[in-house]
Amino acid sequence: MTTAVDRTRLPVPGNPPLVRFPSARVARLPSGLGLRTVEHPGPPVVTCALSVPVGSASDPVDHPGLVALTADLFDDGSVKRPSLELHGALDRIGARLGTEVGTDSTTVSLTTLSQYAVEGLRLLAEIVSQPRFDPLDVERVRDLRRSRLRQLKTVPGAVADRLFLETIFGPHPYGHLGLGTDEALASMAAGLVRDFHGEAFRLGPATLVVVGALSHEEAASVAAKAFTDVPAVPATTVVVDAAAVPAPPAPAGRLFVVDRPGAVQTELRIGHLGVRRLTPDYHALLALNMVLGGQFTSRLNQRLREDRGYTYGVRTSFDCRRAPGPFSMDGSVQSDATVETVTEVLGEMSGIGRDRPVTADELALARAALTRGFARGFETAGQVARGLTRLLIQQLPPDYYDTFVPLVAGVDEAAVTEAALTHLRPEEAVVVAVGPVEQFGAGLETLGLGPLQVVDA
Amino acid sequence: MLDFQKYTLDNGLDVILHEDHRCPIVAVNLWYHVGSKNERPGRTGLAHLFEHLMFEGSAHHDSGFFEPLQKAGGALNGSTNCDRTNYWEVVPAEALELALWLESDRMGHLLPALTQEKFDNQRDVVINERRQRYENRPYGMVSMALMAALFPPAHPYHWTTIGETADLRAATLDDARDFFERYYHPANASLTVAGDIDPDATLALAQRYFSPLPTAAEPPTLTPPFDQNSFDAELGRRLLLEDRVELPRLYLAWRTPALFAAGDAGLDMLAEVLSGGKTSRLYRRLVHEERVATDVSAVQGSRELDGWFSITATAAPGRRLTELDEIIGEELGRLVADGPTDDEIERGLAQVDAQFVYRLQTVGGFNGRSDQLNAYNVYTGDPGFMSRDRARYSDSTPAAVRMLADRWLTSSGRVALSVVPEGAAADALHGSIPAVVS
Repeated sequence: MTTAVDRTRLPVPGNPPLVRFPSARVARLPSGLGLRTVEHPGPPVVTCALSVPVGSASDPVDHPGLVALTADLFDDGSVKRPSLELHGALDRIGARLGTEVGTDSTTVSLTTLSQYAVEGLRLLAEIVSQPRFDPLDVERVRDLRRSRLRQLKTVPGAVADRLFLETIFGPHPYGHLGLGTDEALASMAAGLVRDFHGEAFRLGPATLVVVGALSHEEAASVAAKAFTDVPAVPATTVVVDAAAVPAPPAPAGRLFVVDRPGAVQTELRIGHLGVRRLTPDYHALLALNMVLGGQFTSRLNQRLREDRGYTYGVRTSFDCRRAPGPFSMDGSVQSDATVETVTEVLGEMSGIGRDRPVTADELALARAALTRGFARGFETAGQVARGLTRLLIQQLPPDYYDTFVPLVAGVDEAAVTEAALTHLRPEEAVVVAVGPVEQFGAGLETLGLGPLQVVDA
Repeated sequence: MLDFQKYTLDNGLDVILHEDHRCPIVAVNLWYHVGSKNERPGRTGLAHLFEHLMFEGSAHHDSGFFEPLQKAGGALNGSTNCDRTNYWEVVPAEALELALWLESDRMGHLLPALTQEKFDNQRDVVINERRQRYENRPYGMVSMALMAALFPPAHPYHWTTIGETADLRAATLDDARDFFERYYHPANASLTVAGDIDPDATLALAQRYFSPLPTAAEPPTLTPPFDQNSFDAELGRRLLLEDRVELPRLYLAWRTPALFAAGDAGLDMLAEVLSGGKTSRLYRRLVHEERVATDVSAVQGSRELDGWFSITATAAPGRRLTELDEIIGEELGRLVADGPTDDEIERGLAQVDAQFVYRLQTVGGFNGRSDQLNAYNVYTGDPGFMSRDRARYSDSTPAAVRMLADRWLTSSGRVALSVVPEGAAADALHGSIPAVVS
């Protein structure tokens, strides 16, 4: 009854239909707060996300970690009720609350069942606008964050991340962990946090995104009620837009290691200052990264994992933000392959813009991987909310998702080569290695990266 | 709660279809009812190593599995645990046939393409995975110590899924071939296709690609108990691990009922009462009020053959594990004496209700609807078990949860593992002996 399977060749799928990112209705609440709503069919779930353009780049110079500490305390009670009562209310509606502090923004999101949308939005408003900042809570949360910093000293990937960003960015607002430093945290008390919240976390430049099984009208009406007492006034000058800050100075060296005697792997970060999100060649950059190290089938993962077996996997990424973020290769490799891995990574960074340019097949795969699976990214309310929030944070145009597929489809080999020559600079790349130095230190010193600098975790 | 159709092909393959046209994507999800529980001592880690080999090409497509699917806009992955191995693709609806072609080729025709070179390469990758995720990670060797202490050597959960490095090095290409022939065939598999599909056409496609594949006998079911009696005397142990960590951490663990067995859902509720959110008993007391711990979690980790309940808490700087142990003991004692309150159970049920709805949001990938349909099918024979699964929680009254705490979390059945910084063995619970892990 069935025809035999032709196993001489793979089926060739037709082109997927053009899928549009769900359209958002733009509105403004009576309080002045910006609103985007999306009617999203699906299970009875609603995701609300409030995004404020205040991230760790806005940490005062003498208080690194203050933004994230403040955001961490949002849900530790409100002026209406102490922490545990507030959490009891969240529990009763099965809410999932998340606070994400980036370098350029802070987003507080709450997901709940649609039947609890009114209570969920009310709680979100209470959390962001009226935090309690009880001195005991501030002290407790601050000490938990200090403990986390201490714990991170034994996580090789976290040690490498921190050293890499400190090296690349130095005194730039992107040059410290969102967690801050132990010394800075130790000095932070309730008064400082309360004052900072009052000045920085104002809702004038904020936007609320509501996505789920609610109509635009319902969402707008529920949001208006929830935020009615929260005036959306402009922030005072404490907010830093990293895009307006001068570029960081050149790093003080290219080769940094943290010794982890006896460790079985070396955690590596290799890279340099990258590019801002609004760069005009962003789509070519995405294609370039896919070929170099951005997916399983990338050159670097194929070489280091599938050919050599040195690692569980490596990745490259351009972390594009308001101001240029880092370009980096991240990976953990068996310690005796450290030197060879560094050589391979620098070699591929160089080759892709010069003697081994991207091939037509590689580019076709990269373009297809970026565009044909486009619809997968908008399946859930949470994904749609994140997609919209990203536009707001990065100040991208409202039709960004509509132009994405055609712009990626238009990237050709020459554009990828141009992007590689412009945005990959292997001759400046910094190498951070966290592992057993005795196994690779001498080898790394022969690579022409300058003196090896040993740093504490 | 989830609409589906289930068919069983002549060769024994279960085919489950679930239609949802909201998003033009299709999830292909394939479970093989084999995991590390089917390994034998001396060859641990083989099930997971084998999963890696499934991505290295098959007879009629002898190159990487990722490339054709990524070229079609697909996402894909696989995973192995003690009970099962799953593989999934999420593709644009047009690429469904491609995914079925590839999945059926590796189900039916893997071995001609399986070479020593691929085997050696993926063994190196897996050994590096073990280094990255376990050996070079703080507290990373805990699962090895806990499983070995909770389950006797003959129990299939005595070893972890990642396996022992020495066993991985000892494994041979022939071991992999035998493993494939025994476990990778239609009668030991369950295929779910979900999303933007036409059910009739999809069933026809599944028949076309999978019906011709040869099958074998369904592997015999492993049945507990596994020399349990000889092992009971060993329980109640206190163990310690010195590790490259900054803060000591206490792991308490007990054997408990298996997945879906009586008491399993109630123990989930108990875990929720103990550590679900900031209002939970252990979080409130250890982290919020007394600040002796930086975190605490309780989990009923139920699997197909058996379960275990664990409580994990990290000491705040300057605090001792004995303080944490005492407080946890007091709180468990209170629960055993008085049970949870009605309000605690009500909040727990609100969480459960929400979780069941949140789980419906994605059609594919790990824990998506397709993965859940396969899970229910493989473990209970009924892809529609979700509604009964949900109902189990409604039976968890305060009295029932109290009885479960009393019955299972006994001091004589407890394993306590102290993980302390290197050189600080004295910080472990009193009387702890070193755990042996490699």
